[in-house]
Amino acid sequence: MSLFDWFANRRKSGSLSKERQEREIADGLWSKCPACGVLTYTKDLRTNQMVCPDCGHHLRIFADQRVQQLIDPGTWRPLDEDLCPVDPLKFRDRKAYQDRLRETQDKTGLRDAVQTGLGQLDRLPLGLGVMDFRFMGGSMGSVVGEKLTRLIERATRERLPVVIVCASGGARMQEGMLSLMQMAKISAALERHREAGLLYVPVLTHPTTGGVTASFAMLGDIIVAEPKATIGFAGRRVVEQTLREKLPDDFQTSEYLLTHGFVDTIVPRTQLKQTLAQLIRLHQPYPPSPAQASQFVHVPDHLPESLSVNSVRAD
Amino acid sequence: MTLSDRKPILLDFEKPLVELDSRIAQIRELAEENDVDVSDQIQQLEARATQLRQEIFSSLTPSQRLQVARHPRRPSTLDYIQAISDEWIELHGDRSTGIDDLALVGGIARLDGRPVVMLGHQKGRDTKDNVRRNFGMASPGGYRKAMRLMNHANRFSMPIITFIDTPGAYAGVEAERLGQGEAIAYNLREMFRLEVPILCTVIGEGGSGGALGIGVGDRLMMFEHSVYTVASPEACAAILWKDASKAPQAAEALKITAADLKALGILDQILPEPIGGAHADPLKAAETLKQALLENLAELTRLSRSQLKELRYQKFRSIGMFTQLSA
Ligand SMILES: [Zn+2]
Repeated sequence: MSLFDWFANRRKSGSLSKERQEREIADGLWSKCPACGVLTYTKDLRTNQMVCPDCGHHLRIFADQRVQQLIDPGTWRPLDEDLCPVDPLKFRDRKAYQDRLRETQDKTGLRDAVQTGLGQLDRLPLGLGVMDFRFMGGSMGSVVGEKLTRLIERATRERLPVVIVCASGGARMQEGMLSLMQMAKISAALERHREAGLLYVPVLTHPTTGGVTASFAMLGDIIVAEPKATIGFAGRRVVEQTLREKLPDDFQTSEYLLTHGFVDTIVPRTQLKQTLAQLIRLHQPYPPSPAQASQFVHVPDHLPESLSVNSVRAD
Repeated sequence: MTLSDRKPILLDFEKPLVELDSRIAQIRELAEENDVDVSDQIQQLEARATQLRQEIFSSLTPSQRLQVARHPRRPSTLDYIQAISDEWIELHGDRSTGIDDLALVGGIARLDGRPVVMLGHQKGRDTKDNVRRNFGMASPGGYRKAMRLMNHANRFSMPIITFIDTPGAYAGVEAERLGQGEAIAYNLREMFRLEVPILCTVIGEGGSGGALGIGVGDRLMMFEHSVYTVASPEACAAILWKDASKAPQAAEALKITAADLKALGILDQILPEPIGGAHADPLKAAETLKQALLENLAELTRLSRSQLKELRYQKFRSIGMFTQLSA
């Protein structure tokens, strides 16, 4: 029985009373797909990495879930968790930035919009950054810029590939020009990583727009996208206003970018880990060193201390 | 530069000046008709006008500055290039998209005897020209042309001088289809690879990623009344205030003026403008620009290629403000 059949059976068998169903949605036992409306047992949805088993819609997931999906258990070593945003401009719109930050931090338990760390993906050591859309729309301010730059610099020193999972509305306006300059800062670090002959793969998820698109999202050696993600530089509404006409439905989607040559491949979330592992393995030196030959696992000459416990050594 | 010969275009905060100027003219006329000597009086009034002009322009609010930065008579990239270089040849095309983007111009010039590559956003000098030049909003082809010219400079060891003056990168279907994000991103990374001095100057409006796409350099300078923004105050007001009419508040909050950006450690140098703004005396503004470019170039020329790259990296590496909690 395929996983899909299994899900289908499971849904059929659960012919619940409407009342009970509503209660259980509220309790989080069942989840409703925002695309097709079908109810799925939340546990099953999680097992399927928050991809609707019925229509294939990729529900939004958060940074910690993404790390769990991509990184081998017990190998994740987060970096720079103690970096916190400040309010350099004393910015206030309808609400003070400082209050907005505090509220978002309390609500999400996050300090800012990106998590970074070192870990293993299918036994391959790498640097991973994951943006979290929950935190002010994944907007990029000083902390996002600094954490990603440190991640890339660390990966360059330790000769590791880098994967960054993007989800962002763009630069964080509340930090003004400091935010814009993070685009250049991260790009600078990527230039050095590239110069060192190392692989960088951004994964574009819904939505990836603005300053993130105009910097590290588009600088991959290979660019991977999740299905039907919105990816673009200018916001759709801005483009519509510029043109004063309706745009085609697939405008600024992963599929649109693939057609126009700006994305290498669209990979469903359920296959993302194995695809990334394949890409990283394809970029390991050939012929492989004796250590790699036995396992096809990349073991750098000097393992970072934090990884040595869990890494695979062929001896 | 014939811009200053034309009838002036007045900004609303310049009105007191106009009133004073017309009073001076009136008195002159009356004096002539009645054959009286009023030269003392006129001299006094003119001195007051100068003082008033100075006062107004030294205390502009951010949104007033934005008006000066967007002034239709403000000297453009090509105006400055022609004013400061000994010779100049414009070069066209990015060799890939199939359209030459007129919103971003570039070529090779000789600056005080030295061959350099100059490029920048180009706004139109009138309505018709503005349409042709898309109001200085460059398309992917423009950013790729800039990159092609910068690579050329790198190959022939010519310094790169860029002029920033754009409301932002063009937000159109065609621009998106041709990879506006990718074009800018590519420049951001590649400008860190180049081994020749890069000098960037915001001459008018520095609009977001569209400005930064030619804005990665060893020195960032801004004319006194120029602005540089993460998002246009209009867009910012529409998004954060949900009210586009709050643009002046947004302009204030975003810290877009040269003085603010100097304080934030983003800007290296502020270029003073003639009283009344660069459009009041374009040649004087051009002279200021030329001197600043030559001075900075002299400093950067003393550095080795690797020093240049390292310092450029460190310059951007240090931008950002955050705290690090002790665990
Ligand atoms: Zn669905």
